[in-house]
Amino acid sequence: MKLSEVIKISWEAIAKNKIRSLLTMLGIIIGVAAVIIMISISAGTEATINDQITSLGTNLIFITPNFGRGGRESFTSNNRGGLVFNDAYAIAQQVPGVSGVTVEQGSTQTVKANGVTLTGISILGTTTDFPTVRSLAVANGTYFDQNAVNLKQKVVILGSSLAEQLFGTADPVGQYVYIGNTQLAVIGVMAPKGAVGGVDYDARAYLPITVVFQKFTPSEFARFRGNEVRLIYVKVDDKAKLNDVILQIQLLLYKRHNVTSSNPDFSITTQDDIITTQESTTAAFRNLLAWVAGVSLIVGGIGIMNIMLVSVTERTREIGIRQSVGATAEDIRIQFLMEALLLSIFGGLIGLVVGLGGSVLFGSLSGMRTVIVPSSVLLAFGSAAVVGVFFGYYPADRAAQLDPIEALRYE
Amino acid sequence: MSTQAIIETVDLKKIYGMGDATVAALDGVSIQIQAGEFVSIIGPSGSGKSTLMHILGCLSRPTSGQYILDRQDISNLDNKQLAAIRNKKIGFVFQAYNLLSRTTAIRNVMLPLMYDRMDSQTQADKEKLAREMLEKVGLGDRMNHMPQELSGGQQQRVAIARALVNNPVMIIGDEPTGNLDSRSGAEILKLFDEIHEQGATIVIVTHDPQIAVYAKRTIALHDGRVESITHNGHRRKQ
Ligand SMILES: Nc1ncnc2c1ncn2[C@@H]1O[C@H](COP(=O)(O)OP(=O)(O)OP(=O)(O)O)[C@@H](O)[C@H]1O
Ligand SMILES: [Mg+2]
Repeated sequence: MKLSEVIKISWEAIAKNKIRSLLTMLGIIIGVAAVIIMISISAGTEATINDQITSLGTNLIFITPNFGRGGRESFTSNNRGGLVFNDAYAIAQQVPGVSGVTVEQGSTQTVKANGVTLTGISILGTTTDFPTVRSLAVANGTYFDQNAVNLKQKVVILGSSLAEQLFGTADPVGQYVYIGNTQLAVIGVMAPKGAVGGVDYDARAYLPITVVFQKFTPSEFARFRGNEVRLIYVKVDDKAKLNDVILQIQLLLYKRHNVTSSNPDFSITTQDDIITTQESTTAAFRNLLAWVAGVSLIVGGIGIMNIMLVSVTERTREIGIRQSVGATAEDIRIQFLMEALLLSIFGGLIGLVVGLGGSVLFGSLSGMRTVIVPSSVLLAFGSAAVVGVFFGYYPADRAAQLDPIEALRYE
Repeated sequence: MSTQAIIETVDLKKIYGMGDATVAALDGVSIQIQAGEFVSIIGPSGSGKSTLMHILGCLSRPTSGQYILDRQDISNLDNKQLAAIRNKKIGFVFQAYNLLSRTTAIRNVMLPLMYDRMDSQTQADKEKLAREMLEKVGLGDRMNHMPQELSGGQQQRVAIARALVNNPVMIIGDEPTGNLDSRSGAEILKLFDEIHEQGATIVIVTHDPQIAVYAKRTIALHDGRVESITHNGHRRKQ
């Protein structure tokens, strides 16, 4: 029998029993829709995290100090086990391919202004390059300049939510705040950035690094050691040169810190490393969802098998008639397999529409971002077809094995 | 050239069950049927008529013995080969019509053509042929009716058209008039006779006494054996 004829017959059988066909397809519809929706949710979550991380500057390298087992006190006075401000300066001067270097050192302080007292506020000492390197913008006023760093000017730029807590709707620029016992002039307010990776970028205050060195270094020891920074950011002008730059920085810092590559006193991570770490946590979530969706596809397949078995029994006589006019076991098997395949493909198509619609709807209702992944659509659809053939095979084979006489005698 | 045997069976046996509880539905049947013959088979219920028809129609295989159809020994063919023989060489008409429900008359008639492995005809050819067959059985105006919309006699005509469509070497009927009233039954027998007049070989099982008017020979079965073979002298032709 011609394939087109087989498809036609199978299609007619499906169309004759619309309700039953729909019920048969239900499992596949749910399975396919689940795969698409769940993958779109987890892809959306990943994309959001990715965006947040890259929104804080691109092509970034992060250098952090390593401390020995005994903590920082275990190091001797030759500056081992810490990054200092001059390391950043050296990188900026000596490593080619670097478009910006900035540092970060901070502590937690009490901030007072306008009759409001806030405790536990994160104070960040940085350099003038900080907004550029980290893609932060000043919404109101200005960031401090090199002059302010050199002269240790007592100026501060407030994060947007911090400014609002202290000054409400009033303009903070030109006002004064007390951080600890030091009075500083507010010269700017940052544009809102939100929280990324557990850090609230809007609840902080930004100061010239030199002022932090002078007034707010965390411990007596650190003060003694001087210009220590907890993080150096290096922005690379071309992502292709990232590994070269990392190598150069390593060589430079090994020399400066008098350490070897087997026992470095600093670590270098890249944005990609951070994204990979984040993705590995969402991957677990995504795998779980994939399993759930996979199970529902299998349940759908079992549904198809069930209904197909009923259908074969109901149509025993039809099978006998076809056999009596010359249908072979192969002809019968193909006919029922085609029916299962069409059911699952059709179910897959409906599931696809439901899945795509569901992703968009879920995204707009929950406010979560959903990203439709084309490969997931193919995957869902492909597995529906595979499920149809796999679970359709047994009923089709049962039909094919029927004895013509017994089939014709069936009431 | 004398008449040639289209069917020849040698000591055909069909044993059902196993161990002590066996039933010999056919217990050594040896018959010959010539091309162009019209043969009727009679016998009491349980004598093995249907069993014999199923074997002759290649719907089942004998337990032992030989069956030569159209000079081909088909006793040892596999299922696939038997299906091909059913498709090409045999037109089977059942007591219960056995039409596909919710399928038009013309598509029922086309069914054997759909399973033609050679597939030499186009869809249009097949439709044309099926239409011709339906016209031949007097249902030219019922082509697109569903079986449920046809009377028993009409349904059996569709089944006969289906049996004819592949131009088989033999038409087999197992009590084709069994479900019909005597008037429609007579019409169906007459139709078989017309087909026979056009050269077809026909074997039918029937209890209908009118068959003697048409069939040249009557084979009587009893307990799975051939009891007697009667030549009906008053055949109108030949
Ligand atoms: N599948 C089967 N299993 C066991 N015994 C069977 C089977 N089919 C037929 N028989 C037995 O074989 C014998 C012949 O049956 P068959 O159907 O050929 O009779 P028949 O001559 O056609 O009878 P009827 O006139 O009632 O149709 C009967 O005794 C029947 O019980
Ligand atoms: Mg019978």
